Amino acid sequence: MSDDEDAIRGRPPRKRNAERMIENMPSPDPRKPSAALDEARLRQQAIGVRLRQMFDEVVNEDVPDEFLDILRRADSKTSEKG
Amino acid sequence: MDAESARPSRSGTDDEGFKRELVQLIPHLRAFARTLCGDPAAADDLAQDAMMKAWDARASFQMGTNMKAWTFMILRNQFYSEKRRSWRQSQLDQEAAERTLVAVDDPEAPVALDELRQGLAMLPAEQREALILVGAGGFAYEEAAEICDCAVGTVKSRVSRARRALHAILEDGSYDRDGASAGDAMRAILADAERLSTVR
Repeated sequence: MSDDEDAIRGRPPRKRNAERMIENMPSPDPRKPSAALDEARLRQQAIGVRLRQMFDEVVNEDVPDEFLDILRRADSKTSEKG
Repeated sequence: MDAESARPSRSGTDDEGFKRELVQLIPHLRAFARTLCGDPAAADDLAQDAMMKAWDARASFQMGTNMKAWTFMILRNQFYSEKRRSWRQSQLDQEAAERTLVAVDDPEAPVALDELRQGLAMLPAEQREALILVGAGGFAYEEAAEICDCAVGTVKSRVSRARRALHAILEDGSYDRDGASAGDAMRAILADAERLSTVR
């Protein structure tokens, strides 16, 4: 008997309303699960890594002597001209 | 030449500092030129021209400001003014780019790098350069905007469009490559990225 009363008291109607509200909340878009978003992000990151690698590959090449020769000639020309 | 006239208008130490910084930027200028020209020899010519233009304009450069962005801007302007000079140039660039894309310089190079070059070649030039400056050159959007002489928002949208397009191209393998099936490029890129991240 008293158990029933406690049960009734322990389950206020307000809580049930709250539960119903949570159930009715819009669920995340099923077409874009977060796993797919993570996957897309991962792929973009991979492309980014590649891109930097492609650029750095040229950066890390030895600079042809020609570059420094040209600059050295230009530099000596300016100091001669004064 | 007497002692009086030997004194440069600008102090020698300024020139020395400028030259030192410029020399350090040569590898980056070469890399940027390569992405614009495709053909390595033409790219080095462009990078040399840009280097000399920067040297000649050194008096107008404010030491302490971003020399990398400044030289990249010079190189880019040089590239487009040369392009304007000849209407056939863009066609030649395209042909050169295709040649370079087909011929892999280093036979040991991972497959995916070549796929990426092909994918990049399919992007509109403005998107490609924005993505390269921000994604590979390490420039902030603001710096890239300065280099490309456009608004920051424009760079942002070009970069994001380039990223999406490149992803799509690599994903469905819509570039020309015989024997490779759709998605192979992306798989190779993912595998390499994973390998690189574990190495680092």
